Amino acid sequence: MIVAIASGKGGTGKTTVAANLARRISESGRPTQLLDCDVEEPNCHIFVRPSIESSETVHVPVPEVDEELCTLCGECARVCQFNAIACLKKSVLVFPELCHGCAGCWLVCPAGAITPGGRDVGVVEKGEASGFAFVQGRLRVGEAMSPPLIRAVKKEIDTARTCLIDAPPGTSCPVIEAVKGSDFLVLVTEPTPFGLNDLRLAVDMAREIGLPHGVVINRSGIGDGRLKEYCGTEGVDVLGEIPDDRRIAEAYSRGELAVDALPEYRGRFDALRATIEERVAELV
Amino acid sequence: MRELVVISGKGGTGKTSIVASFAALARDKVLADCDVDAADLHLVLAPEIRRREAFVSGKVARVDPEKCAVCGKCAEVCRFDAIAMDGPPSECVGKTYRVDPISCEGCSVCVRFCPTDAILFEDTVSGEWFVSDTRHGPMVHAKLGVAAENSGKLVTLVRNRARELAEANGLDLVIADGAPGIGCPVIASIAGAALVLVVTEPTMSGRHDLARVCALTEHFGAKTAVCINKCDLNPGVASEIEAEAGADGVPVLGRVRYDSAVTSAQVDGLSVVESGGGPAAQDIRMLWEHVSAELW
Repeated sequence: MIVAIASGKGGTGKTTVAANLARRISESGRPTQLLDCDVEEPNCHIFVRPSIESSETVHVPVPEVDEELCTLCGECARVCQFNAIACLKKSVLVFPELCHGCAGCWLVCPAGAITPGGRDVGVVEKGEASGFAFVQGRLRVGEAMSPPLIRAVKKEIDTARTCLIDAPPGTSCPVIEAVKGSDFLVLVTEPTPFGLNDLRLAVDMAREIGLPHGVVINRSGIGDGRLKEYCGTEGVDVLGEIPDDRRIAEAYSRGELAVDALPEYRGRFDALRATIEERVAELV
Repeated sequence: MRELVVISGKGGTGKTSIVASFAALARDKVLADCDVDAADLHLVLAPEIRRREAFVSGKVARVDPEKCAVCGKCAEVCRFDAIAMDGPPSECVGKTYRVDPISCEGCSVCVRFCPTDAILFEDTVSGEWFVSDTRHGPMVHAKLGVAAENSGKLVTLVRNRARELAEANGLDLVIADGAPGIGCPVIASIAGAALVLVVTEPTMSGRHDLARVCALTEHFGAKTAVCINKCDLNPGVASEIEAEAGADGVPVLGRVRYDSAVTSAQVDGLSVVESGGGPAAQDIRMLWEHVSAELW
């Protein structure tokens, strides 16, 4: 079972839900894997404190031009949609940071002058976190494109385990990359106007890509009632709620899991897990 | 003309609430919402849209089933796993190839290599952008289509329109609300800014993400300052953040106390400085004084 945890708005509690669920599922004796796909700002490691056993650099293929072989025909520049390669009068210029790694230029080059080199986009780190497998991506600072690194993290998915994916915030390409292929999508939100607005976008995204989904309301009790109204009229499944409790925020600030610092919350995450499992079972 | 860009690294630290208050406090400016992926500033500023334009971001491939010879070349050359043999039947075959528009990167490699010229390459509208009036002045904002790409391009467009609008109206400041993270939309929002203000919070996550976002602004040579929001949530971590920022030569321009008035103001569609004079409102006023001193 692969469950992705996402949210339109940032800071609503994705990592809290993903990391606490991972701990409780693994403590129930089930093989578990937590994958941090929020590669721009990965935070799960702060809470689950994994021992990292391996680290691998991920590359996106970018063109390397052999000037000896290049005939300056310009085919490479014509196929490139990203302005990453330009053919001048006497040389070909490559802008590796603009390259999407589509391979078009070396596939079209009639002289065989272009070969794929590599641009470092970040690292995939793997390890163990007190009873469960842990994988995270860390985007290289300065790198703009996170989807190739997210793809590399997801290659490590071990389907023999219950897999939890912590996705980046938002609704655009990095999020799609992180959540697609999951069995179920958990959207974490908060009952504020910003939370509601961004949840609508996230629900639209889930519907657009056809992913079964449900909502966890975090900081329940703040804001207003419009979020629940929306979920009611739109038929959005509310999977569970986490109350607004300053002690949770304080534990979070220290980098502690709520289920460790506040044992009374264990039952709530266990119930959430059971609800998600029921929903996934209904899908089969 | 100067541009102040507010970003956060970590999401949900209060970026937009602080920008909304700056909107109320600053004079002679244009507002720009560069968080095109999950824009929220309009919820407080209630813009009246004056101009509305489609955002044509690039192209996507589409297979014409009648021309598809089902040779599989397109799927073979696609690096983005966007093509599969699950398209509609044609007159000759039961299934053709199909491009998934969400996974399509718009690279055109399949178009180029299709031996029967069966793949079309079409403009795609992946959002909208707007020029609006608000009670605090003009605003440029956008809405990226659901599951769309090219948010960086849309951010650049919003920033350019905001700057043009400021110049045309003789306004000397643009205040931009940026996106979380350190990727494409963030990079697009900080290039050339007069000042990048990073809003963080005193949590281990906030501290970790602040370090990464400051490394990013340094990489691009952008002048950076920090504000610690909800500073009393964990005073120990707040002090650590201050010490680390100081050691890196990044000034801390403000500390904003946790205040439930921030959420109530949001519910009322107001910025916190408009809604009352509580701790957060006082702290943000002070922050704005320091930020404007840093800008000019």
